[in-house]
Amino acid sequence: MRLLKIIYRNTLRHWLRTSLTVLGLAIAVVAFIVIRTTIDAWYAQSEAASPDRLITRHAVSLTFFLPLAYENRIQDVEGVKAVSHATWFGGVYVEPKNFFANFAIDHTKYLDLYPEFVLEPAERDAFMQERNAAIVGRNLADRFGWQVGDRITLTGTIFPGDWELVIRGIYTGAKENTDESTMMFRWDYIDERLRREVPARAGYVGTFVVQVDDPQEAAVVSEKIDALFQNSLAETKTETEEAFNLSFVAMAGSIVLGLKAISILVIGIFMLVLGNTMAMTARERVSEYAVMKTLGFRPLHIVGLIFGESLFIAALGGALGIALSFPLGGLVKTMLSNFFPVYTIAFWTVVFAGLIAFVVGLLAAVFPTVKAVRTSIVDGLRIID
Amino acid sequence: MAEPIVELQSVYKSYYRGQLEIPVLYNINLTFTEGQFVALMGPSGSGKTTLLNLIAGIDRPSDGRLVVAGQDISRLSEGDMARWRANHIGFIFQFYNLMPVLNAFENVELPLLLTRLSRSERRRQVETALGIVGLGDRMGHYPNQLSGGQEQRVAIARAIVTDPTLLLADEPTGDLDRHSADSIMDLLSRLNNEFGKTIIMVTHDPRAAEAARTVQHLEKGELVSS
Ligand SMILES: Nc1ncnc2c1ncn2[C@@H]1O[C@H](COP(=O)(O)OP(=O)(O)OP(=O)(O)O)[C@@H](O)[C@H]1O
Ligand SMILES: [Mg+2]
Repeated sequence: MRLLKIIYRNTLRHWLRTSLTVLGLAIAVVAFIVIRTTIDAWYAQSEAASPDRLITRHAVSLTFFLPLAYENRIQDVEGVKAVSHATWFGGVYVEPKNFFANFAIDHTKYLDLYPEFVLEPAERDAFMQERNAAIVGRNLADRFGWQVGDRITLTGTIFPGDWELVIRGIYTGAKENTDESTMMFRWDYIDERLRREVPARAGYVGTFVVQVDDPQEAAVVSEKIDALFQNSLAETKTETEEAFNLSFVAMAGSIVLGLKAISILVIGIFMLVLGNTMAMTARERVSEYAVMKTLGFRPLHIVGLIFGESLFIAALGGALGIALSFPLGGLVKTMLSNFFPVYTIAFWTVVFAGLIAFVVGLLAAVFPTVKAVRTSIVDGLRIID
Repeated sequence: MAEPIVELQSVYKSYYRGQLEIPVLYNINLTFTEGQFVALMGPSGSGKTTLLNLIAGIDRPSDGRLVVAGQDISRLSEGDMARWRANHIGFIFQFYNLMPVLNAFENVELPLLLTRLSRSERRRQVETALGIVGLGDRMGHYPNQLSGGQEQRVAIARAIVTDPTLLLADEPTGDLDRHSADSIMDLLSRLNNEFGKTIIMVTHDPRAAEAARTVQHLEKGELVSS
């Protein structure tokens, strides 16, 4: 179209206003992408789950423990391939703000059920041999500068006392969304000391991890397991690992909802910023549009001019925002790495942000266009600037 | 006999301000022929601009018949009217009304963007038009780099570049100093004499009216013979 030059020059006419508008749009786009990515990161933990794994826990609450003796009975349930266990330890490293997830696990089988935690065979052997050995994720090791052989002390919150551990392995994730910021050590190390100091608490675990033969049968197997312990002192609740993880997300549901609301609000701000600029622009150019109409340009040409300018500014803001969201997302990733092991800007989030910029660009042009087209030439010319 | 190029029969025009009808032009009957240079004079508010706008096809009469360049324009649709204007009308405004983001060349080229002319044909016509108004050496200047008189010359070049049937000017010297005004009037006279352009010009300025060969007076919306 031959009017492209006019669109381009009109856009740059008030360069300060255009720059501020583009910057405002870019900030809105960055905010949108970062918020969406944070929500994704929240869910990523549950998406990393394997469909053939079930989690069995105490029916009342996660804070209650289950007798280790359940393990053999679960193993005997039809459709169960393997059983292991993990217990949320809640240990603090030096001070509470150093938070990271740490579990006491069944060192004999747990890692077989989690092939996504990749460990050197030698490191795995070391973990098997030493009772107070621990393995940590790559991210976590980097965060504290830990190396194999380092000795660290966790202060127990659920299990009182200081617990000496020695790092014998650093695992990496097999998949992109594998959590690399967890610490695992041996349950038998904890249990042995409990047996001496608080015998009543010995022999209990937090959750059982159950591997099923056929993911299709997950629901059936879950029911069978829970039926097994019905009316016992510690009834169980079994669900897929994904559902189990999602229940944590649900606990933070209101936060996620808040974030979603903000992300929509951000789109509204985008809309207002651009709408305001376009309204100002169109008001200033009433007489120019009247002149163009006098020369024989038709409403469609005016529509093209205003939509073109609006879309151009929206595209600049959208592109700048998307470009900025990667370094900024990287910054957020490092800042929140304790909470979100996986923090990646999804392709679709970017596409979505681009699409929003496009749609808002269209919407912002509607009102000024209707006004410009409806204003008669005579009225447009009577306005002297 | 020269061809009649503008014919108004019993043209009546009123505006509405809310419910209130404000009559502006009463029972206008007039004929202009090809090659005429007409000055429309009259006191402020007498309806000169309104009459010119009707002839230009940018406003519509409330009643009566309006035949311009052989077309009964009171009956055209908006789209046809726009196309008709592009073909037949060159309009010159009091305040030049150039596009500030376009330079002189591009401003003059603007109406040609609606034609099928190739880029090189457009260039040739723009250069010719700017040459006629004496601004061949200012093609790259933007409106804010030109004097008022020069801006009005560019506006005249824009009005003649499509070689329209009719040139209409609403107080073309109203915003200019004496010297610039005189040279604009010389230019319009030349367009009429040398190029045979039919010109209808609204003006307050008696000296400008001298350049025209016919003067029509409007008073309170009615033509008065002089
Ligand atoms: N769009 C409009 N709406 C309402 N009234 C209008 C409109 N256009 C013109 N008028 C009225 O019509 C009358 C004639 O206006 P017009 O602009 O034609 O006068 P004019 O002779 O050109 O005056 P001037 O010499 O001041 O330019 C005026 O009273 C004006 O207020
Ligand atoms: Mg007037």
